[in-house]
Amino acid sequence: MNKLIGNFIQPEARVLDLGCGDGSLLAFLRKNNQVRGLGLEIDHQKIQDCLQKDVNVVDQDIDSGLSNFQDQSFDAVIMSQSIQALRKPEVALEEITRIGKEAIISIPNFANWRCRLQLILGGTMPVSSALPHDWYSTPNIHLCSLKDFERLCVAHGAEILERRLLSFDGQEQTFMKAAPNLLTEIALYRVKARN
Amino acid sequence: MSSNSLGQVETKRFIHKDTFALKSGKTLQGFEMVYQTYGELNEAKDNAILICHALSGNHHVAGLNEEDKKGWWDDMVGPNKAFDTNKYFIVGCNNLGGCHGSTGPNSINPENNLAYGSSFPMVTVGDWVKSQNLLRTHLGLPYWYAVIGGSLGGMQALQWSIDYPDLVKKIVVIAAAAKLSAQNIAFNEIARQAILADPNYNSEDKLPKTGLGLARMLGHITYLSDDAMREKFGRDMKKDEVNFSYDVEFEVESYLRYQGESFSNRFDAHTYLLMTKVLDYFDPAEAYEGDLSKTLKTVTAKTLLIAFSSDWRFSPERSRELANAFIEAKKDVSFLEIDSPHGHDAFLMPSETYDNAVQTFLEKNE
Repeated sequence: MNKLIGNFIQPEARVLDLGCGDGSLLAFLRKNNQVRGLGLEIDHQKIQDCLQKDVNVVDQDIDSGLSNFQDQSFDAVIMSQSIQALRKPEVALEEITRIGKEAIISIPNFANWRCRLQLILGGTMPVSSALPHDWYSTPNIHLCSLKDFERLCVAHGAEILERRLLSFDGQEQTFMKAAPNLLTEIALYRVKARN
Repeated sequence: MSSNSLGQVETKRFIHKDTFALKSGKTLQGFEMVYQTYGELNEAKDNAILICHALSGNHHVAGLNEEDKKGWWDDMVGPNKAFDTNKYFIVGCNNLGGCHGSTGPNSINPENNLAYGSSFPMVTVGDWVKSQNLLRTHLGLPYWYAVIGGSLGGMQALQWSIDYPDLVKKIVVIAAAAKLSAQNIAFNEIARQAILADPNYNSEDKLPKTGLGLARMLGHITYLSDDAMREKFGRDMKKDEVNFSYDVEFEVESYLRYQGESFSNRFDAHTYLLMTKVLDYFDPAEAYEGDLSKTLKTVTAKTLLIAFSSDWRFSPERSRELANAFIEAKKDVSFLEIDSPHGHDAFLMPSETYDNAVQTFLEKNE
């Protein structure tokens, strides 16, 4: 996954990673793309992990807004599998495309066939490798499918430049092109604000 | 003696003989600056750290002084502590205008051979940083690996990164702000009025201890959080019944009076006045039409900003403003808001999150 994201990033780009976790993506991009990065994170253990990797990190909750960031001030804004955990994904999408010249967003696909089967045949909320939480303790309060996300982009001024279809381990799988919304486990998008 | 104590430490004196111009336009005919050092300077001379003190601090940062008293940041500075003297050569100095040995209101004015008192010229954070840079040269240090401080000390660290970008690699700015708010200046003004209104202010043989004590009582409240005071004192009384008088009845009154009195016995009122003005005047963005990100344009130091959740004297919002300016200026910055019930004073107290963050930030260089 890091590699795929790296392919989307220009050398020496200025990158903002929203929900940067332990900073491993930014550390990877620093090494491979010579980027100057900044991560946002609220988990203090993960902030400590970022400092451990000498990755710039700011203690900020994305749900409280991103108005402190200037328009088009980053070459790329990354949101890796966390848009579904936000209170207002639509606001976040608008903000991300405002701040970043490009945005790289990945989402776990809730319409994946395994999820569908669990719900239809098992009668329970789906639990998978990409979505490992029980319904009551999941941080993922706004799950969506590829179709849903793409509709959101249309409705909120984001133009999709590229889409990659991945299995939950972050490997690109060409067979998923046969039925993306059914087969894809994680989708990776490159988007920008529509002119 | 425990293995993480520095034990007895020695106070040294740096004497600068040349004229020293101050931002106010006035000059000092040279100055003396007391300082202490902890740990060893390595061969490459790349492990020196300057720790800047806040309003009532001084050069005695850690270890035990001549009177066997612990330094003001002994909890965090020493072998294996957050600021590890096994790794770093740490310097603490008493700023100009101070009352612990550096040239200040208690010093003799060479022009009239009298103590300066209230005639000691006004100094600024910029003046301090300039004098600290002379100390750096005196110590033979090519640059500071880091400059660190909390509160007014954090402002000095910030000023260092702006004024001498080539001479500091990292700064840690803790519980500080890029400038004071109106509320903060207002607190300082009340503190000053308490001193200036004391009939003993500027008297020849008496000290304005009542005024200084009052100023400290006020300051002390602003350094604690509402919750911390509730936890510590609540409405506890010295006796079971009220006695309908203005004597000390509540524990919190007793505590504040004690704090005020003991402070007025160890600190100088002129220095206190001066320090509050240094705080009020601090505004490095002033020279850039108030644009803080422009002010930071030449900064090269990696920056760590830390704030504490219950600090209302220098709230986390002030640190966030600073973080945003660093981000806008495209600088390397990290910011951490630590949960703490201890208010502004939290910056003096070690905690796991706090210690780990500063240790790791200082140690890692990718």
